Amino acid sequence: MKATNRLDRDELAALVARDIPAGSYVNLGIGQPTRVSNFLALGNGVTLHTENGMLGMGPEAHGDEIDLDLINAGKIPVTELPGASYFHHADSFAMMRGGHLDICVLGAYQVSQHGDLANWHTGGVGDIPAVGGAMDLAIGAKDTFVMMSLLTREGQSKIVPECTYPLTGLGCVSRVYTDLAVFLLDSSGVTVRETFGISFAELADLVPVPLRPS
Amino acid sequence: MVHIVATVDDAVSDIPDGATVMIGGFGTAGQPVELIEALVRQGATDLTVINNNAGNGEVGLAALVAAGRIRKIICSFPRQSDSHHFDEKYRAGEIELELVPQGNLAERVRAAGAGIGGFFTPTGYGTPLAEGKETREINGRYYVLEYPIHADFALIKAHVGDEAGNLTYRKTARNFGPIMASAARTAIVQVARIVPVGQIDPENVVTPGIHTNRMVAVPAARTPEPAVGQ
Repeated sequence: MKATNRLDRDELAALVARDIPAGSYVNLGIGQPTRVSNFLALGNGVTLHTENGMLGMGPEAHGDEIDLDLINAGKIPVTELPGASYFHHADSFAMMRGGHLDICVLGAYQVSQHGDLANWHTGGVGDIPAVGGAMDLAIGAKDTFVMMSLLTREGQSKIVPECTYPLTGLGCVSRVYTDLAVFLLDSSGVTVRETFGISFAELADLVPVPLRPS
Repeated sequence: MVHIVATVDDAVSDIPDGATVMIGGFGTAGQPVELIEALVRQGATDLTVINNNAGNGEVGLAALVAAGRIRKIICSFPRQSDSHHFDEKYRAGEIELELVPQGNLAERVRAAGAGIGGFFTPTGYGTPLAEGKETREINGRYYVLEYPIHADFALIKAHVGDEAGNLTYRKTARNFGPIMASAARTAIVQVARIVPVGQIDPENVVTPGIHTNRMVAVPAARTPEPAVGQ
């Protein structure tokens, strides 16, 4: 793909899907990351994990396929693929925490230059906090990818020097996929892998952390 | 030894005010709606409830919340598009919330059933949900000390039970059932049907009967439609 403009949500999901190696065990977070499953190539052996106790999750169920005992983490009815397995919640989270999942893909409010993640609570007064499996996933998977729009509605970068929203996990994000660029994070800093519809210099003006071109 | 009782009302008749009650289910999948509704009828109040969520829509756990029977809820994901009864009680200061990361919730329940006094987990380290908790560096990684969650009763929905209390589950409705069955002093289980011993292949038993204290058949149990999305 040679993108010349910023990516839309489907293009972003397709890009993440292409970067998931064949044979991986993957957890897609609720919301936008779920869209990645629409673009995983059938037959490449990627196995989807859902935190509520299943490996081998298939696409969303429709019509007669709907079984209310078979849902994903977003509580949407899904299907099972051949080779699927079920397990209880403690086993499901041991699978995460134990480092057995290759990749998880999560949404985020903010990611810091150190890979800290904030994605569960705005901290706003009157907001009811809900964390679900976000903290377990963020620190458990071998690689944690974030997908999000780079800028808030007010035009502020969500990649920040330090998170100001309540943290989900420390130093856990290795890659950030956004509509404007893909960022690789490691102990040496933030590298820009590619940009979409924007130059590296323009990106560096938007993002208040030191960036390196790849 | 398992006691097979005739009705869901019999099954929950001795749950007292102030009890700590685990309730299985993830959203509506695996939620023992009929047992919870019997508990609403029974009237026990001032309860501490452990569940992943805080009720969906109008039935089951949501009805228990709406009836004002819960003093405190320990859960990971209370706020959903259809959690209006919880939201109202929480904002009115009428229900206490202990928010726990989902894997820590599951492991704390598992630990109670397994006789573990506490465990160090990396989940939540450095976040607001670990504030005030003991931490330890082990082999270069940081962990938070978490304690087990015990309960007086568990309300669980399984699929098939045999007369020895052995249980099978269906698909993702399994979720918290097996760990809550072992964590509670009295596990009360509703099943779609009860079969004679020998009818469940021992290789397929998920919860061994030692954990099942009370069982009731609810052949046409309801699983309410979940709200779309969160």
